[in-house]
Amino acid sequence: MQIPYEVSARPDTGLYNAKLGIWLFLASEVMLFGGLFSAYIFQRLGAEPGYWPHGLLNVPVGMGNTIVLIASSVTVVLAWAALKMRRWNQYWWFMGITIFCGLLFLVVKLSYEWPQKFVHFGVFIKKDAVAKYEDYLGNKHQAANGLEPRYEISGHLEAVEFERDGKHETVKAREGEEGLHPWEDIEWASAFLPRHSTYFGTYFLITGLHGLHVLAGVIVFAYMWLFGKELYLRNPEHMANRVEVAGLFWHFVDLVWIFVFPIFYLL
Amino acid sequence: MADPAYTPTVAPAPHIHDVNAPGHDAEHMAKHVKGYLVVGLLLILLTGFTVFLSYVNFDKYLPGHGWNIIVGMIEATFKAGLVAAIFMHLKGERATIWRFLFFTAIFVSGLFFLTYLHYWDPIGGHAHSVSDTGTYTNQH
Repeated sequence: MQIPYEVSARPDTGLYNAKLGIWLFLASEVMLFGGLFSAYIFQRLGAEPGYWPHGLLNVPVGMGNTIVLIASSVTVVLAWAALKMRRWNQYWWFMGITIFCGLLFLVVKLSYEWPQKFVHFGVFIKKDAVAKYEDYLGNKHQAANGLEPRYEISGHLEAVEFERDGKHETVKAREGEEGLHPWEDIEWASAFLPRHSTYFGTYFLITGLHGLHVLAGVIVFAYMWLFGKELYLRNPEHMANRVEVAGLFWHFVDLVWIFVFPIFYLL
Repeated sequence: MADPAYTPTVAPAPHIHDVNAPGHDAEHMAKHVKGYLVVGLLLILLTGFTVFLSYVNFDKYLPGHGWNIIVGMIEATFKAGLVAAIFMHLKGERATIWRFLFFTAIFVSGLFFLTYLHYWDPIGGHAHSVSDTGTYTNQH
Protein backbone atom coordinates (compact mmCIF):
# COMPACT_ATOMS: atom_id res chain seq x y z
CA MET A 1 0.00 0.00 0.00
CA GLN A 2 1.34 3.42 -0.94
CA ILE A 3 1.40 6.14 1.71
CA PRO A 4 -0.77 8.91 0.27
CA TYR A 5 0.68 12.30 -0.60
CA GLU A 6 4.33 11.25 -0.42
CA VAL A 7 4.78 12.70 -3.87
CA SER A 8 1.55 14.34 -4.88
CA ALA A 9 0.18 17.33 -2.99
CA ARG A 10 -2.76 17.11 -0.63
CA PRO A 11 -5.75 18.91 -2.11
CA ASP A 12 -6.45 20.91 1.08
CA THR A 13 -2.93 22.22 1.82
CA GLY A 14 -1.34 21.96 -1.62
CA LEU A 15 1.69 20.33 -0.01
CA TYR A 16 3.10 16.84 0.14
CA ASN A 17 3.57 15.29 3.60
CA ALA A 18 7.28 15.83 4.11
CA LYS A 19 7.17 19.49 3.18
CA LEU A 20 4.42 20.15 5.72
CA GLY A 21 6.40 18.27 8.33
CA ILE A 22 9.74 19.95 7.71
CA TRP A 23 8.28 23.44 7.92
CA LEU A 24 6.67 22.60 11.27
CA PHE A 25 10.01 21.25 12.44
CA LEU A 26 11.80 24.41 11.24
CA ALA A 27 9.28 26.48 13.19
CA SER A 28 10.37 24.62 16.33
CA GLU A 29 14.01 25.22 15.42
CA VAL A 30 13.28 28.95 15.15
CA MET A 31 12.05 28.82 18.74
CA LEU A 32 15.19 26.96 19.83
CA PHE A 33 17.70 29.34 18.28
CA GLY A 34 15.47 32.35 18.89
CA GLY A 35 15.54 31.68 22.63
CA LEU A 36 19.33 31.44 22.64
CA PHE A 37 19.78 34.58 20.54
CA SER A 38 17.35 36.44 22.75
CA ALA A 39 19.31 35.47 25.86
CA TYR A 40 22.57 36.56 24.22
CA ILE A 41 21.19 39.90 23.06
CA PHE A 42 19.85 40.91 26.44
CA GLN A 43 22.97 39.74 28.24
CA ARG A 44 24.99 41.84 25.79
CA LEU A 45 22.80 44.91 26.23
CA GLY A 46 23.01 44.62 30.01
CA ALA A 47 26.76 44.16 30.18
CA GLU A 48 28.85 46.69 32.04
CA PRO A 49 30.91 48.71 29.54
CA GLY A 50 34.33 47.23 28.97
CA TYR A 51 33.54 43.75 30.28
CA TRP A 52 32.00 42.21 27.16
CA PRO A 53 34.74 40.55 25.07
CA HIS A 54 35.10 41.95 21.60
CA GLY A 55 37.43 41.30 18.69
CA LEU A 56 38.54 37.88 19.93
CA LEU A 57 37.22 35.83 17.02
CA ASN A 58 38.98 35.42 13.70
CA VAL A 59 36.90 37.46 11.22
CA PRO A 60 38.52 36.24 7.96
CA VAL A 61 38.05 32.62 9.01
CA GLY A 62 34.46 33.31 10.05
CA MET A 63 33.80 35.04 6.75
CA GLY A 64 35.34 32.10 4.89
CA ASN A 65 33.07 29.70 6.75
CA THR A 66 30.07 31.89 5.92
CA ILE A 67 30.95 31.78 2.22
CA VAL A 68 31.37 27.99 2.42
CA LEU A 69 27.87 27.59 3.87
CA ILE A 70 26.31 29.96 1.34
CA ALA A 71 27.99 28.03 -1.49
CA SER A 72 26.65 24.77 -0.04
CA SER A 73 23.14 26.26 0.01
CA VAL A 74 23.51 27.06 -3.69
CA THR A 75 24.77 23.58 -4.54
CA VAL A 76 22.04 21.77 -2.61
CA VAL A 77 19.28 23.70 -4.39
CA LEU A 78 21.03 23.01 -7.71
CA ALA A 79 21.14 19.32 -6.75
CA TRP A 80 17.37 19.42 -6.21
CA ALA A 81 16.85 21.24 -9.53
CA ALA A 82 18.97 18.59 -11.26
CA LEU A 83 16.71 15.86 -9.89
CA LYS A 84 13.60 17.74 -11.05
CA MET A 85 15.18 17.85 -14.51
CA ARG A 86 16.06 14.12 -14.21
CA ARG A 87 19.80 14.70 -14.43
CA TRP A 88 21.23 12.18 -11.96
CA ASN A 89 24.92 12.82 -12.65
CA GLN A 90 24.49 16.54 -12.15
CA TYR A 91 22.64 15.86 -8.86
CA TRP A 92 25.44 13.53 -7.74
CA TRP A 93 28.12 16.18 -8.27
CA PHE A 94 26.19 19.01 -6.65
CA MET A 95 25.28 16.89 -3.65
CA GLY A 96 28.89 15.79 -3.30
CA ILE A 97 30.04 19.42 -3.25
CA THR A 98 27.38 20.21 -0.65
CA ILE A 99 28.64 17.43 1.62
CA PHE A 100 32.23 18.59 1.11
CA CYS A 101 31.32 22.16 2.07
CA GLY A 102 29.52 20.97 5.20
CA LEU A 103 32.52 18.89 6.26
CA LEU A 104 34.89 21.77 5.49
CA PHE A 105 32.86 24.05 7.74
CA LEU A 106 33.05 21.53 10.59
CA VAL A 107 36.76 20.85 10.13
CA VAL A 108 37.60 24.57 10.21
CA LYS A 109 35.50 25.06 13.33
CA LEU A 110 36.70 22.03 15.27
CA SER A 111 40.34 21.87 14.18
CA TYR A 112 41.14 25.59 14.13
CA GLU A 113 38.61 28.01 15.58
CA TRP A 114 37.73 26.23 18.81
CA PRO A 115 41.24 24.95 19.61
CA GLN A 116 42.58 28.50 19.09
CA LYS A 117 40.26 29.67 21.85
CA PHE A 118 41.53 27.01 24.24
CA VAL A 119 45.18 28.18 23.94
CA HIS A 120 44.42 31.86 24.58
CA PHE A 121 43.51 33.46 27.88
CA GLY A 122 42.09 36.70 29.22
CA VAL A 123 42.92 38.49 32.44
CA PHE A 124 40.44 41.04 33.76
CA ILE A 125 42.24 43.79 35.68
CA LYS A 126 40.56 45.32 38.74
CA LYS A 127 39.28 48.81 38.09
CA ASP A 128 41.51 50.43 40.71
CA ALA A 129 44.60 48.90 39.08
CA VAL A 130 43.72 49.68 35.48
CA ALA A 131 45.97 52.74 35.29
CA LYS A 132 49.05 50.56 35.89
CA TYR A 133 48.32 48.59 32.71
CA GLU A 134 47.62 51.48 30.35
CA ASP A 135 50.29 50.22 27.95
CA TYR A 136 48.33 47.01 27.50
CA LEU A 137 44.77 48.37 27.71
CA GLY A 138 45.07 51.68 25.84
CA ASN A 139 42.11 53.28 27.63
CA LYS A 140 43.26 56.81 26.82
CA HIS A 141 42.89 56.00 23.14
CA GLN A 142 39.54 54.34 23.81
CA ALA A 143 38.24 57.42 25.64
CA ALA A 144 39.53 59.80 22.97
CA ASN A 145 37.57 57.90 20.33
CA GLY A 146 34.38 57.52 22.31
CA LEU A 147 34.86 53.77 22.68
CA GLU A 148 34.18 51.54 25.68
CA PRO A 149 37.02 51.15 28.21
CA ARG A 150 38.99 47.91 28.23
CA TYR A 151 39.70 45.85 31.34
CA GLU A 152 40.91 42.61 29.82
CA ILE A 153 44.43 41.74 28.74
CA SER A 154 44.53 38.69 26.53
CA GLY A 155 47.40 36.56 25.42
CA HIS A 156 48.63 33.14 24.42
CA LEU A 157 48.84 30.51 27.14
CA GLU A 158 52.33 29.54 26.08
CA ALA A 159 53.57 33.05 26.93
CA VAL A 160 52.67 32.92 30.61
CA GLU A 161 52.65 30.61 33.58
CA PHE A 162 50.42 30.69 36.61
CA GLU A 163 52.26 30.40 39.91
CA ARG A 164 50.52 29.56 43.16
CA ASP A 165 52.14 30.08 46.52
CA GLY A 166 49.66 29.61 49.32
CA LYS A 167 47.39 32.62 49.23
CA HIS A 168 49.29 34.46 46.55
CA GLU A 169 49.09 33.77 42.87
CA THR A 170 50.84 35.37 40.00
CA VAL A 171 50.40 35.37 36.28
CA LYS A 172 54.02 35.47 35.30
CA ALA A 173 55.55 35.90 31.91
CA ARG A 174 57.73 33.10 30.72
CA GLU A 175 61.37 33.84 30.01
CA GLY A 176 61.73 36.27 27.13
CA GLU A 177 58.11 37.47 27.36
CA GLU A 178 56.95 40.75 28.87
CA GLY A 179 54.37 41.46 31.53
CA LEU A 180 53.90 40.60 35.16
CA HIS A 181 50.43 40.59 36.67
CA PRO A 182 50.27 40.25 40.46
CA TRP A 183 47.14 38.40 41.47
CA GLU A 184 46.06 41.36 43.61
CA ASP A 185 45.46 43.33 40.42
CA ILE A 186 43.48 40.56 38.74
CA GLU A 187 39.72 40.27 39.05
CA TRP A 188 39.40 37.13 36.96
CA ALA A 189 41.55 35.07 34.63
CA SER A 190 40.59 32.24 32.37
CA ALA A 191 41.38 30.68 29.06
CA PHE A 192 38.81 31.36 26.37
CA LEU A 193 36.53 28.61 27.60
CA PRO A 194 32.79 28.72 28.31
CA ARG A 195 33.62 29.64 31.92
CA HIS A 196 35.52 32.76 30.81
CA SER A 197 32.42 34.90 30.35
CA THR A 198 28.79 34.88 29.29
CA TYR A 199 30.02 35.80 25.83
CA PHE A 200 32.12 32.66 25.44
CA GLY A 201 29.55 30.50 27.19
CA THR A 202 26.96 31.56 24.64
CA TYR A 203 29.44 31.44 21.77
CA PHE A 204 30.35 27.80 22.40
CA LEU A 205 26.72 26.85 23.04
CA ILE A 206 25.30 28.42 19.88
CA THR A 207 28.15 27.48 17.55
CA GLY A 208 28.24 23.97 19.05
CA LEU A 209 24.50 23.50 18.59
CA HIS A 210 24.75 24.93 15.08
CA GLY A 211 27.67 22.57 14.36
CA LEU A 212 25.59 19.61 15.45
CA HIS A 213 22.90 20.70 13.00
CA VAL A 214 25.49 20.93 10.24
CA LEU A 215 26.69 17.40 11.10
CA ALA A 216 23.13 16.06 11.04
CA GLY A 217 22.56 17.65 7.64
CA VAL A 218 25.78 16.18 6.29
CA ILE A 219 24.78 12.70 7.49
CA VAL A 220 21.37 12.93 5.82
CA PHE A 221 22.89 14.22 2.59
CA ALA A 222 25.51 11.47 2.65
CA TYR A 223 22.74 8.86 2.89
CA MET A 224 20.91 10.40 -0.06
CA TRP A 225 24.16 10.66 -1.99
CA LEU A 226 25.24 7.08 -1.42
CA PHE A 227 21.91 5.24 -1.41
CA GLY A 228 19.55 7.50 -3.36
CA LYS A 229 19.92 5.86 -6.78
CA GLU A 230 17.48 3.06 -6.01
CA LEU A 231 14.67 5.44 -5.06
CA TYR A 232 15.51 7.68 -7.99
CA LEU A 233 15.11 4.77 -10.40
CA ARG A 234 11.86 3.71 -8.75
CA ASN A 235 10.30 7.14 -8.26
CA PRO A 236 12.44 10.16 -9.18
CA GLU A 237 9.86 12.70 -8.02
CA HIS A 238 9.84 11.14 -4.55
CA MET A 239 13.64 11.36 -4.46
CA ALA A 240 13.47 15.02 -5.52
CA ASN A 241 11.00 15.71 -2.72
CA ARG A 242 13.32 14.12 -0.16
CA VAL A 243 16.24 16.22 -1.34
CA GLU A 244 14.06 19.32 -1.28
CA VAL A 245 13.02 18.67 2.31
CA ALA A 246 16.58 17.99 3.48
CA GLY A 247 17.64 21.10 1.57
CA LEU A 248 15.09 23.18 3.46
CA PHE A 249 16.70 22.07 6.71
CA TRP A 250 20.13 22.95 5.29
CA HIS A 251 19.00 26.41 4.21
CA PHE A 252 17.72 27.03 7.72
CA VAL A 253 21.11 26.04 9.15
CA ASP A 254 22.71 28.51 6.72
CA LEU A 255 20.19 31.15 7.75
CA VAL A 256 21.10 30.73 11.43
CA TRP A 257 24.79 31.17 10.59
CA ILE A 258 23.96 34.36 8.64
CA PHE A 259 22.93 35.80 12.02
CA VAL A 260 25.63 34.09 14.11
CA PHE A 261 28.49 35.54 12.04
CA PRO A 262 27.75 39.26 12.52
CA ILE A 263 26.46 38.89 16.10
CA PHE A 264 29.48 37.03 17.45
CA TYR A 265 32.29 37.95 15.08
CA LEU A 266 31.57 41.56 14.12
CA LEU A 267 29.37 43.31 16.68
CA MET B 1 -18.76 -2.86 -9.79
CA ALA B 2 -17.25 0.43 -8.58
CA ASP B 3 -19.63 3.06 -7.19
CA PRO B 4 -19.35 6.15 -9.45
CA ALA B 5 -20.30 8.42 -6.54
CA TYR B 6 -17.49 7.09 -4.33
CA THR B 7 -14.36 9.21 -4.22
CA PRO B 8 -11.34 7.26 -2.96
CA THR B 9 -9.50 8.99 -0.14
CA VAL B 10 -6.21 7.24 -0.73
CA ALA B 11 -4.07 8.33 -3.65
CA PRO B 12 -3.43 5.55 -6.14
CA ALA B 13 0.05 4.00 -6.16
CA PRO B 14 2.29 5.86 -8.59
CA HIS B 15 3.31 3.99 -11.71
CA ILE B 16 6.98 3.47 -12.45
CA HIS B 17 8.44 6.59 -14.04
CA ASP B 18 10.73 6.68 -17.03
CA VAL B 19 13.83 8.09 -15.38
CA ASN B 20 15.14 9.40 -18.65
CA ALA B 21 12.05 11.47 -19.29
CA PRO B 22 12.25 14.97 -17.83
CA GLY B 23 9.96 15.93 -14.96
CA HIS B 24 6.77 17.73 -15.87
CA ASP B 25 8.30 21.08 -14.86
CA ALA B 26 11.86 20.62 -16.16
CA GLU B 27 11.74 23.66 -18.44
CA HIS B 28 10.40 25.68 -15.55
CA MET B 29 13.31 24.52 -13.39
CA ALA B 30 15.95 25.57 -15.90
CA LYS B 31 14.76 29.17 -15.58
CA HIS B 32 15.21 29.08 -11.81
CA VAL B 33 18.78 27.77 -11.90
CA LYS B 34 20.12 31.12 -13.10
CA GLY B 35 18.25 32.82 -10.26
CA TYR B 36 19.85 30.53 -7.68
CA LEU B 37 23.32 31.32 -8.98
CA VAL B 38 22.69 35.08 -9.01
CA VAL B 39 21.31 35.07 -5.46
CA GLY B 40 24.20 32.91 -4.25
CA LEU B 41 26.73 35.35 -5.68
CA LEU B 42 24.81 38.27 -4.21
CA LEU B 43 24.86 36.64 -0.76
CA ILE B 44 28.63 36.14 -0.95
CA LEU B 45 29.15 39.78 -1.95
CA LEU B 46 26.86 40.94 0.84
CA THR B 47 28.92 38.92 3.32
CA GLY B 48 31.97 40.93 2.35
CA PHE B 49 29.92 44.11 2.60
CA THR B 50 28.82 43.09 6.11
CA VAL B 51 32.45 42.83 7.20
CA PHE B 52 33.20 46.22 5.63
CA LEU B 53 30.28 47.86 7.42
CA SER B 54 31.49 46.50 10.76
CA TYR B 55 34.58 48.70 10.49
CA VAL B 56 32.49 51.86 10.05
CA ASN B 57 31.55 53.50 13.36
CA PHE B 58 27.98 54.60 12.59
CA ASP B 59 27.57 56.13 16.05
CA LYS B 60 29.90 58.90 14.91
CA TYR B 61 27.56 59.96 12.11
CA LEU B 62 24.13 59.21 13.55
CA PRO B 63 22.47 60.36 16.77
CA GLY B 64 22.24 57.93 19.65
CA HIS B 65 24.04 54.60 20.17
CA GLY B 66 23.99 51.07 18.89
CA TRP B 67 23.73 51.93 15.20
CA ASN B 68 26.26 49.28 14.19
CA ILE B 69 24.03 46.62 15.73
CA ILE B 70 20.96 47.97 13.91
CA VAL B 71 22.76 48.17 10.55
CA GLY B 72 24.23 44.69 11.01
CA MET B 73 20.87 43.16 11.86
CA ILE B 74 19.10 44.88 8.97
CA GLU B 75 21.64 43.46 6.55
CA ALA B 76 21.52 39.99 8.13
CA THR B 77 17.72 40.05 7.91
CA PHE B 78 17.90 41.01 4.23
CA LYS B 79 20.30 38.15 3.51
CA ALA B 80 18.14 35.72 5.49
CA GLY B 81 15.13 36.95 3.52
CA LEU B 82 16.88 36.14 0.25
CA VAL B 83 17.71 32.62 1.47
CA ALA B 84 14.14 32.08 2.63
CA ALA B 85 12.44 33.55 -0.43
CA ILE B 86 14.61 32.06 -3.17
CA PHE B 87 16.43 28.98 -1.85
CA MET B 88 13.61 27.84 0.44
CA HIS B 89 11.00 28.71 -2.21
CA LEU B 90 8.95 30.81 0.20
CA LYS B 91 8.23 33.20 -2.64
CA GLY B 92 5.15 31.64 -4.16
CA GLU B 93 4.79 29.04 -1.41
CA ARG B 94 1.39 27.82 -0.26
CA ALA B 95 -0.62 29.80 2.28
CA THR B 96 -0.35 26.93 4.80
CA ILE B 97 3.39 27.53 5.20
CA TRP B 98 2.90 31.27 5.53
CA ARG B 99 0.34 30.63 8.29
CA PHE B 100 2.90 28.47 10.15
CA LEU B 101 5.50 31.22 9.86
CA PHE B 102 3.07 33.93 10.96
CA PHE B 103 2.41 32.12 14.23
CA THR B 104 6.11 31.29 14.59
CA ALA B 105 6.91 35.01 14.34
CA ILE B 106 4.37 35.75 17.07
CA PHE B 107 5.75 33.07 19.38
CA VAL B 108 9.40 34.00 18.89
CA SER B 109 8.52 37.64 19.53
CA GLY B 110 6.94 36.47 22.76
CA LEU B 111 10.17 34.65 23.60
CA PHE B 112 12.18 37.84 23.07
CA PHE B 113 9.65 39.75 25.15
CA LEU B 114 10.02 37.29 28.04
CA THR B 115 13.79 37.88 28.19
CA TYR B 116 13.21 41.63 27.79
CA LEU B 117 11.08 41.50 30.97
CA HIS B 118 14.28 41.17 33.00
CA TYR B 119 14.43 44.98 32.94
CA TRP B 120 11.36 44.95 35.21
CA ASP B 121 12.96 42.61 37.73
CA PRO B 122 12.83 44.65 40.97
CA ILE B 123 15.84 42.83 42.45
CA GLY B 124 18.34 42.48 39.57
CA GLY B 125 16.68 44.43 36.79
CA HIS B 126 19.95 46.12 35.82
CA ALA B 127 23.51 44.87 36.14
CA HIS B 128 24.76 46.37 39.42
CA SER B 129 27.75 44.21 40.08
CA VAL B 130 30.52 42.80 38.02
CA SER B 131 29.20 39.29 38.64
CA ASP B 132 26.02 40.08 36.68
CA THR B 133 27.86 40.86 33.50
CA GLY B 134 30.41 39.30 31.27
CA THR B 135 32.91 38.38 33.98
CA TYR B 136 33.12 36.84 37.39
CA THR B 137 34.42 37.84 40.78
CA ASN B 138 37.66 36.17 41.85
CA GLN B 139 36.70 33.26 44.05
CA HIS B 140 40.06 32.93 45.84
